[in-house]
Amino acid sequence: MTTPRAHAIGPKPSPCRFHQARWDEPIIFEHSVPGARGVLIPELEDGIRERVGSPADALPAGVRRVTPPALPEMAQVNVLRHYTRLSQETLGVDVNIDVGQGTCTMKYSPKINESFARDQRIADLHPLQDESTVQGVLEIMWHLERLLCEISGMDRVTLQPPSGSAAIWTNVSMIRAYHASRGEAEQRDEVITTAFSHPSNAACARTAGYTIITLQPDPVSGRPTLDALKAAVSERTAALLITNPEDTGIYNDEIDEFVRVVHEAGGLACYDQANANGVLGIARAREAGFDLCHFNLHKTFSTPHGCGGPGAGACGVTEALVPFLPSPTVERDGGRFRLDHDRPRSIGKVQPWYGSAPNQVRAYAWIMSLGAEGLRQVAETAVLNNNYLMRQVLAIRGLSAPYAQGERRIEQVRYSWKGLADDTDVHIDHIAARMNDHGGHFWSSHHPFVVPEPMTLEPTESYSMHDLDEHVAMLNAVAEEAYADPDTVRSAPHRSTIHQVDDSWLDDPEQWAVTWRAYLRKHSTPMEASSDEPAD
Amino acid sequence: MPDRPSQDVLRLGLIVNPIAGLGGRVGLKGTDGAGMAERALDLGAEPRAAARAATALRRLAEAWPAGQAPPMLICGAGEMGASAAVAASWPHEALGERRTRTTADDTRRLAVALAESVDLLLFAGGDGTARDICEIVTDHLPVLGIPAGVKIQSAVFATSPGAAGEVAARYLATSARRTVEREVLDLDEEAYRAGHVRPRLHGSMRVPRGPRLQSRKSPAPAGDAAAMASIAAEVEGLLEPGRRYILGPGTTTRALALRLGLEKTLVGIDAFEVEADGPRLLIRDAAEADLRDIVRDGPSSIVITPIGGQGFLFGRGNQPISPEVIRVVGRESIIVLATPGKVAELAGRPLLVDTGDETLDRELAGHIRVISGRGERAIVRIESA
Repeated sequence: MTTPRAHAIGPKPSPCRFHQARWDEPIIFEHSVPGARGVLIPELEDGIRERVGSPADALPAGVRRVTPPALPEMAQVNVLRHYTRLSQETLGVDVNIDVGQGTCTMKYSPKINESFARDQRIADLHPLQDESTVQGVLEIMWHLERLLCEISGMDRVTLQPPSGSAAIWTNVSMIRAYHASRGEAEQRDEVITTAFSHPSNAACARTAGYTIITLQPDPVSGRPTLDALKAAVSERTAALLITNPEDTGIYNDEIDEFVRVVHEAGGLACYDQANANGVLGIARAREAGFDLCHFNLHKTFSTPHGCGGPGAGACGVTEALVPFLPSPTVERDGGRFRLDHDRPRSIGKVQPWYGSAPNQVRAYAWIMSLGAEGLRQVAETAVLNNNYLMRQVLAIRGLSAPYAQGERRIEQVRYSWKGLADDTDVHIDHIAARMNDHGGHFWSSHHPFVVPEPMTLEPTESYSMHDLDEHVAMLNAVAEEAYADPDTVRSAPHRSTIHQVDDSWLDDPEQWAVTWRAYLRKHSTPMEASSDEPAD
Repeated sequence: MPDRPSQDVLRLGLIVNPIAGLGGRVGLKGTDGAGMAERALDLGAEPRAAARAATALRRLAEAWPAGQAPPMLICGAGEMGASAAVAASWPHEALGERRTRTTADDTRRLAVALAESVDLLLFAGGDGTARDICEIVTDHLPVLGIPAGVKIQSAVFATSPGAAGEVAARYLATSARRTVEREVLDLDEEAYRAGHVRPRLHGSMRVPRGPRLQSRKSPAPAGDAAAMASIAAEVEGLLEPGRRYILGPGTTTRALALRLGLEKTLVGIDAFEVEADGPRLLIRDAAEADLRDIVRDGPSSIVITPIGGQGFLFGRGNQPISPEVIRVVGRESIIVLATPGKVAELAGRPLLVDTGDETLDRELAGHIRVISGRGERAIVRIESA
C-alpha cells in the first residue's frame, strides 16, 4: 500500500537504480604483513610453566608442525574489513531478486531456522560424543529421514552426503555395489543420462569410472526420446541417471516408460531430484518406479548452498538397495536412538560422521513449518510463478523459449537470446554484465551450450509477483537498450564491482588456478614467486 | 604461452576481398569461379565487404583499452583495405597498387606481403577468401575473419564484423596472447548453386582464443584441443591388433593420429593398421581404389567426424569413403567422433549421410553412439540427407 508520505516523495523507478560497492580488494594472502597478528596469546606464566611444562610438549611429536602454516598474517580489523567488503561486492538472495540463478536459484531461507541451527544445543555438539548424550539430534535425523521417505516414497534415506553431487556419487556407489552383489559389476559399466539432466549425473558416474551415454533432446519437444534410450540400453547398462523436469523446465511424461526400459535391460533407475521444487507433494520417485533418488537439501529444503557453507544431500532407496546405504544409519529402538555401524554390505562412509547436522536441522524445521499441504503449495506456487514469469519474459523483444512450443513449463525455463544477438550483435555475456548494473543476476547454462545464447530463470516460491515484475523490467530495459544503444550494453558493466573479465581462461587447464598455491605456480613471474614456494 | 612474441608497436594486418558477398543479395550464392563477380555487379550487387571491415575497425577502436597505444594498421590499397581504414578513420599504411577488379591472386599476394610482419591478420570475406589466405599463412600467424561473404562455414570467422573488432582488440591488448586451431571449410559453389550443401575441409588456421567465433556456440569446458585429446585417448584404448582403420578428414581425427604418432593429412583420408609393435600408417591421402584394397584384406573400421555445422558424416569432403568401402566395413565398424561442443551444436538434429547410394543411406540411418570424450558417448541419430 502506498502511504501518503511515500507518495509525497514520488514513486521509485523500476527497474531500481543500483550501484555495486567497488573496493579493489586484494585477496587475503596479499593483505598479509609479516608479524601481524589477530590475537596475541599471552606468554605462559612462569609458575604454570614450571609445574606443567610447555603445552606444545604435551602434543605427540607426529602432530607438531615443523614449519608454521602458510596463513595470511593480519590484524582482526583487517580480516573483518576484508570479508565485509567482499560481502558488499556480491549479489545474493538477501540483497537482490535472485531468480536469475536458474537451476541454482536459492529460495529464501527463513532466519528462524538459522537460529535453530546456531542454537548452542546444536552448534556445540561434537560428533565424538557418546550417542546417549546426542539423543535430540539423532531424533531429528531419524524424523527427517521419515519425512523424506514420505516425500519420495522410498523405503530408506541417508542424510550423510555433504552436497547434492555427493548424494549422486553416493547413489552411483550404491548402484555399483548392487550390481557387484549380483556378480555383474564388471559387465555393467555404462550409465545413461540426458543432455539437459543435472550435469553432476554424468560427472559423478564418470568419476566412478562408468562410461557415460548421453541422450540428446528431440529438436521439437526438447525431451529425450524413448527410441534413443532403447538404442542406448544393453546388458552393459548399470543405470539411468535422469532429472525430471530437466533444466529446460520441460517434464518428461514418458518417465515411467524410461524406467521400464532400463529395468528390462537389468539396469537401475535413479531420479535426480535437483528440480524437485516443482513436483514436491505432487509426484514421487517411487510411483514412477525409480530404485534410487536424491534431493539437494539446499535447493529444495531451504538450507545453504554448498558454496555458501556446508551443503547437504539426501539419497532415497528402495528395499533392495537398503543394505548398501552408507554407514552408519540412525535407528530407533523403542524410545532411544542409536547409530548402526554393523552394516557389512554398506558402501562405507561418504562423509565423516553423519553428514551436515546443522543443515539437517534447517531442513527439518522448514518441512515441519510447512506440513504436507504446505509442501504441495510450495510446488504449486513455484510452478505458477514460473509460468507467470515466462508469459512476461516472452513479451521481451529478441527473447524466446526453445522447444515444446505452447506448453507450460514446470519450475524453470531455459530461454534463448539468439533473436536479440542476431538483431543487435549483443550477446549473453554483455546482457549478463548489464544485468549486474541493475543489481540483477544472470546465469546462462552449463557448457557446452545446446540452447544458443541461453538464459535460465527459476523463480521458486519465494518471490512475489512484484519481485518477478521487477526482474522482467530489468531484462526488458537491457533488451530495449541493446536495440537502441548496443554499445552501452556491450561495454557493461558500468556500475559493478569490476569491469569485464576475459573468461576464456576458465577453459584452459594451463591457466586456471583454483587455489593461491596453483595461482603462484602458474602465474608468478620469477620476482613475485617466493623461493620457498611449497610444491603441490 | 604467447604464440608470438609481442613487439614494441603492435601491427595489425587487414585484407578486404572487395568482391566477397557480391553474389548473396543477387542470388548467386558466392563469387567463386571466373566471371561470377562481374555477373553479380551486372545484376546490381553492391560491394559490402569494405563497409563490414570498417565496422570491425570501429568496434576495435571502441574496445581498445584507454591509455594503450593502438596497433598500426597495414592493409591492401584501395578497396582491399585502405578504403575501410579511411571509413573508420584509422591511420594506415597501404601495400600494393589500387585496382578496380581484384582476384584471388591479389588476396594471396597481399597475404604473402603481410604474413611475416603483423601480429594479427584480419580479413573480410567469405569461405573462399579464407581458403586463399589459408594457402599462404603458416601456423605462426594468428588470423581472424570478418564475415562478409555469402558462405561462412569456416570456424575462423567472428560471429559478426563488430565481434571481429572486439575479438581482435581483446587479443592484441593482452600480453599473453592465446590462439586456437580452427578449420577452414568451403562449400562446392557449383553444387551449392544447384541446391546442394557440400562442405569440404581445406585446412586450418590459428585464431584468437575466446568467444564470438563462428560455428561455436560456446567454448567447450576444457577447450577444443583438450576435448579432441580426450577423444583420441578413448579411441586408442579401443583399437584392435590386426585391424585396419580408415581416418576421415578433420582436426578431431588428426588428434587421434597425433596420439598414435602418425602423421595424418588434415583434409585427406588416411589409413593405418594396428600391428604387434603399434600402429603403422598404410597410406596418406588415399583414393577410393586404395581404400577398397585396404578394406578387402581384413577386418577394418572407419573413424570419421562430422564436417561443418550441418553435421554431414558421409558424402561431403570424404567421397573416397565410397558406398562400396562402407558396405565392406559395415555399420557396426563405423566409429564416429565429435567433441561435446560439436554434439551440442547439433542440438538434437541428426547427422546426415549422402553416400550416393540411397539404399546404403537408409541402412546407415538410425541411432549411433558417438564418442565425445574419454568414457563419454552421445546417442545421435543418422538420417539420409
